[in-house]
Amino acid sequence: MAVMLEARGLGYGYPGRAVGRGLDLALAAGDVLCVLGPNGGGKTTLFRTLLGLLPAQAGEVLLDGRALEAMPRGDIARRVGYVPQGHAAQFAFTVREAVLMGRTAHISLFAAPGAADRAAADRAIEALGIGSLAGRVVTELSGGERQLAMIARALAQGARALVLDEPTASLDFGNQVRVLREIRRLAAEGYAVVFSTHDPGQAFLAASRVLLLAQGGALRQGTPDEVITGENLRAVYGVEVRVATVDGARACLPVL
Amino acid sequence: MTRRSRVLAYALALAALLLLTAFAFAVGRFPLALGDLTALAANKLFGASYAVPATAETVVLQVRGPRILAALLVGAALAAAGTAYQGMFRNPLVSPDILGVSAGAALGAVLGIFFSQSALVIQLGAFAGGLAAVAVVYAVGASVRRHDPILALILAGVVIGTLLGSMIALLKYLADPYNQLPAITFWLLGSLATVAPVDLAFAAPFALAGLVPLYLLRWRMNLLSLSDDEARALGVPVGRLRLAVVCAATLMTAAAVAISGIIGWVGLLIPHAARLLIGPEFSRLLPLSMVLGAAFLLAVDTLSRTIAPIEVPPGVLTALIGTPFFLWLFAGARRAWQ
Repeated sequence: MAVMLEARGLGYGYPGRAVGRGLDLALAAGDVLCVLGPNGGGKTTLFRTLLGLLPAQAGEVLLDGRALEAMPRGDIARRVGYVPQGHAAQFAFTVREAVLMGRTAHISLFAAPGAADRAAADRAIEALGIGSLAGRVVTELSGGERQLAMIARALAQGARALVLDEPTASLDFGNQVRVLREIRRLAAEGYAVVFSTHDPGQAFLAASRVLLLAQGGALRQGTPDEVITGENLRAVYGVEVRVATVDGARACLPVL
Repeated sequence: MTRRSRVLAYALALAALLLLTAFAFAVGRFPLALGDLTALAANKLFGASYAVPATAETVVLQVRGPRILAALLVGAALAAAGTAYQGMFRNPLVSPDILGVSAGAALGAVLGIFFSQSALVIQLGAFAGGLAAVAVVYAVGASVRRHDPILALILAGVVIGTLLGSMIALLKYLADPYNQLPAITFWLLGSLATVAPVDLAFAAPFALAGLVPLYLLRWRMNLLSLSDDEARALGVPVGRLRLAVVCAATLMTAAAVAISGIIGWVGLLIPHAARLLIGPEFSRLLPLSMVLGAAFLLAVDTLSRTIAPIEVPPGVLTALIGTPFFLWLFAGARRAWQ
């Protein structure tokens, strides 16, 4: 399987402050990588570097085997889509208009979206099952609805790799499950997905691989069963956690 | 926002603009009959040869015509620039002055008046001052790398605007109180009373040169309303796009301010009202905003020359009309705020 999103010896951080280094990643179609780590542990910094929004401090990011550093913004956007944490909408665009913005990388500089772009946006809206929201205004959606609209926008982008920054943050339980289900479905359709979360149990539900970021940049990577252990979680979060098996499914239970 | 209500909004705005234009030609110190106006329009536009009193022709072509065209041009330009800036700064409370174009233009004009220059030099000084102020603000904002670029731009605009304001105050203090000070005050209040056809010929090409990129980039403008990270991840080189928009909007505003002086509120209020009517999508918003801006300033200017024996400065009237309207929007329309 061809690797879509790859990092080699990646160092990431802000000017004058290294957050992590020596990271190797390789995601192919159908892979789901769950990124776990404490607040301020560098999850968003890593994502911004993977998307080319922040220059890599060392090593490199490759999209479909090509170095991201040398790619124009439009080329990056056609390969990797981004669902930001908490889209802060200022203006009352409709869901259809917001999703249509995902087509920007396919629209030439001075043009407006054409029929093909509208069709792609509508397909993305249908794929997320939010057709009934299409005419609604994004500023009036609930958090869960808005998150689904933002995923639809990333799908409309036509990228086969997706980066989702805490897609379940501040969602109610039902919407968290819906978003995780969407992630699994996308992977089954051949997308490569990276998402971050504060709930290690989500890794068992939706991920094929886990990346554990600790304070200071220490890294652990592997399958959920390898990485999500009481010992590792204690090392990262500083609390006692029991990893239990309930009816064949694994879950994390904090010890109070 | 359905297609029908969008068409309706445009139809109403255009109808209002046409009616206002006809009304503006008819009223004034020398009232004109509608019959003379239509006859004159038929003569000039379609080569007809109806009899029209010579005074009526002079009033329309030499006096009211340029002034009405200037009101339409300045109103549309300020509204277009305001629409672009509100989208770019992701803030419905932004006006075209935010990056110091008006303060720079004012200093340029006041310098011209202070050194007793001709009207043309004063106009050029205003135009160049507006462009220079924004160039400095942009350079300062862009050199502060560690902060949010939008915040850096706004702060630079506020700081440099204040500096320019104090320089204007100094010049007013030093100016000759009998000749120069009234001229400075008059300029700073804004007026279309003295606009001549040559002024229009000066301002229109620059305003158009600013409008063309805004129209061409009409789809990308929507992306500027997202966070920088989101817009870049969607494939937009945000920094370059922002620079293009600043250049275009500044060119339009400086061209308008150079011939009209400072007329506030249009660029703040009109884009807001247009967004309320038709939604934030820029390619639909920009034309409506321009039509409404042209109509609003024409209405204000017509009032300013007819409601009292002396001219009431339009900059005063826009605020008198604009403030209650704005508060009404603020209180009533929740969605428009977002």
